[in-house]
Amino acid sequence: MSSSTLDPRLSKAGPPRRPIRLSWSDERLRGIVWQVLVVGVVGVIFYWLWSNTVHNLEVRRIATGFGFLDREAGLPIGETLIDYDPTDTYRRALMVGVLNTLKVAVVGVVLATILGTLVGIARLSQNWLLSKIAGVYVELIRDLPLLLQLLFWYTILQSLPPPRQALNPVDGVFLSNRGLLLPFIEWLPAHSWALVALVAGLIGTFLYSKAMRARQYADGQPRKIWPAALGLMVGLPLLVWIAYGAPFTPDVPALRGFNFRGGIAMTPEYFALLLGLVTYTAGFIAEIVRAGILAVNQGQWEAAQALGMRRGDILKRIVLPQALRVIVPPMTSQYLNLTKNSSLAVAIGYQDIVSIANTTLNQTGQAIEGIAIIMLVYLTISLSISLFMNWYNAKIALVER
Amino acid sequence: MSDVTLNAATANAEAAPRTAPVATTGAAAWLRANLFSSWINTAVTLALGYLVVRWTMGFIDWAFVNAIWTVPMNGNVPDTAACREIRGTGACWAVIEEKHRFILFGTYPYEEHWRPLLVCALFIGLYIVSAMRRFWNWVLVPIWIVTLTVIGVLMWGGVLGLSYVPQERWGGLPITLILSTFGLAFAFPLAILVALGRRSRLPAIKMLCVLYVELVRGVPLISLLFMASVMFPLFLPEGMNIDKLLRAQVAITLFAGAYLAEVVRAGLQTLPRGQYEAAEALGLSYWQKTGFIILPQALRLVIPPLVNTFIGFFKDTSLVLIIGIFDLLTAGKTAIVEPAWQGFGVEVYVFVGAIYLVFCFAMSKYSQDLERDLNQHRRR
Repeated sequence: MSSSTLDPRLSKAGPPRRPIRLSWSDERLRGIVWQVLVVGVVGVIFYWLWSNTVHNLEVRRIATGFGFLDREAGLPIGETLIDYDPTDTYRRALMVGVLNTLKVAVVGVVLATILGTLVGIARLSQNWLLSKIAGVYVELIRDLPLLLQLLFWYTILQSLPPPRQALNPVDGVFLSNRGLLLPFIEWLPAHSWALVALVAGLIGTFLYSKAMRARQYADGQPRKIWPAALGLMVGLPLLVWIAYGAPFTPDVPALRGFNFRGGIAMTPEYFALLLGLVTYTAGFIAEIVRAGILAVNQGQWEAAQALGMRRGDILKRIVLPQALRVIVPPMTSQYLNLTKNSSLAVAIGYQDIVSIANTTLNQTGQAIEGIAIIMLVYLTISLSISLFMNWYNAKIALVER
Repeated sequence: MSDVTLNAATANAEAAPRTAPVATTGAAAWLRANLFSSWINTAVTLALGYLVVRWTMGFIDWAFVNAIWTVPMNGNVPDTAACREIRGTGACWAVIEEKHRFILFGTYPYEEHWRPLLVCALFIGLYIVSAMRRFWNWVLVPIWIVTLTVIGVLMWGGVLGLSYVPQERWGGLPITLILSTFGLAFAFPLAILVALGRRSRLPAIKMLCVLYVELVRGVPLISLLFMASVMFPLFLPEGMNIDKLLRAQVAITLFAGAYLAEVVRAGLQTLPRGQYEAAEALGLSYWQKTGFIILPQALRLVIPPLVNTFIGFFKDTSLVLIIGIFDLLTAGKTAIVEPAWQGFGVEVYVFVGAIYLVFCFAMSKYSQDLERDLNQHRRR
């Protein structure tokens, strides 16, 4: 069969290329003219803005460049994850800001996913009261601006009693206008090693389940994974911990003088921001989870039941994998939203990257650099989250022929 | 044949009288099915019911029973001692009674308050007209242009015997409505162009649109607002300056444009390919094809997500608080700066929140109804 008899629709090359004619009715020529025109106009606008900026900077005698990063910052920061002192450089201060942003974003994403999934499932509950309450929560939280909610929580936290009369809802947990205090354990090397063992156990479980699945594919016999998983994920860390002498000293916060000592402290700013972000984003995640579960056809449940599968198995093997396909893409944008919304911290005085960069640009007058840093940080975070979620999405996507 | 077996079965059943079947209709049956279907459900219902009743009672006590509605004036300063005494147990609505004009209209001249009030009414009327399906055609364009012009005249004044009010004195609810509505009016055409550009076969145009959308969506609105308030003056030629509200408006428009563009693009993608091909086969030019065939169908498909984007966008205008523009939320926050009213933030935020809630809830209900109506053919 010669190639000329092949269906022309199958050939990738498309119709043979004609030479470009110098006429308005030639589509390609028109395309080129339009592109040159649009790019030209955009270019001219940007050139105009750029030349204005250069001129203005000259007139105002503002030096451009990132040299200011190595100067002494002199701005105090309330809570830091790394050592920081006002005599450190701006570079260090901005690093603290980035870490503070990540601290609230990571914790927020995890908590919002948990709360949102619970609320989403509650909305589908058979219990009328539960589903109505979840519905009212979702509607209310989504219809109020996040900034308003943050200011509201912050006002409430500030109007709490001082440390001496702190609220004590559960033993060891204190809530006052200085923030939230939670009990913790005194952290020793034994705990770090147990954590390492847990990570090793997780990897081991993953590899083990993969190997077992491969053997199931070979001979069709399902194998129990949970005994080994339990041993690896719970037994191994416990063994390591006991091998180190099983140290356990609870570190309960207690009132000393006018303030608390011990335990983990959350400042009112961080707590208000986290509370606001989590409850707000959870409202959106709940709707995504609900839509995802509803998107799985009822026939899938029925078919699985007809095969004699149990309810838990149906959920795990039939419904969830299909629901996740619907859930993951919008969930990605919620995670991105939460991260970007954490920039509202500046309104309640939590020192995240926006707040610190803003102070920096006020102190140094380096407006362009300050805003460029903010944008760069968020673009990097956004891109990383979307890359990871796209990878995960591709992994669970339907494999079509 | 089946009739015979059926009759036989019925005859057999009649031999032994059965107890009446469990009712499946009526209030008792509904309660059993929805609240007390199993012991675990019963426990959940009782626990939740207890909490709901307790919290509702607590809220009623705080908001109505123990609340204080007015306070005496001590000369020019309100005497809020009574309010401070009931802090935590009762609301002090006196702060709203005293400050509601300020929260709603900011520093607009007091005797001219009817103008922003009328502006708000016009905005609401505009939303209602836009929501009615009989107006979903080109009629909307002149309606919007005329209404927005009238709103501009009312706010600024200086003509028709209205006194001139500079923009610095505007504030409160009209600012929120102006930022969101004007932002929308400019962002929507921009979004359509960008969405078309992103689907274009011309690589340079496509790249520009992708760059714009991804850059704007990758950064928080606050950074754009900072850019508008700090960097914008540097962009313009010396001596030329545009006011803060307009700068924020530009930032919000650019921001909304990127998000709306993605929604519109989704609509363009869902439209079956046959529609594009049929339009081309008829020999329509690109703009004829887009204007008469593609956009009317594609936009209709994405109206519910569009409304949801509008809601988000309406809420996001509150972020201008951070660059010090006097919108509804900023006015609320400023109202409690006065020493006499310090510490009554919760009441003010509840009041401001209620206003946002009314607007957003109306839009969200509308979007849900619309989604149901437009998807009627898809339901079994």
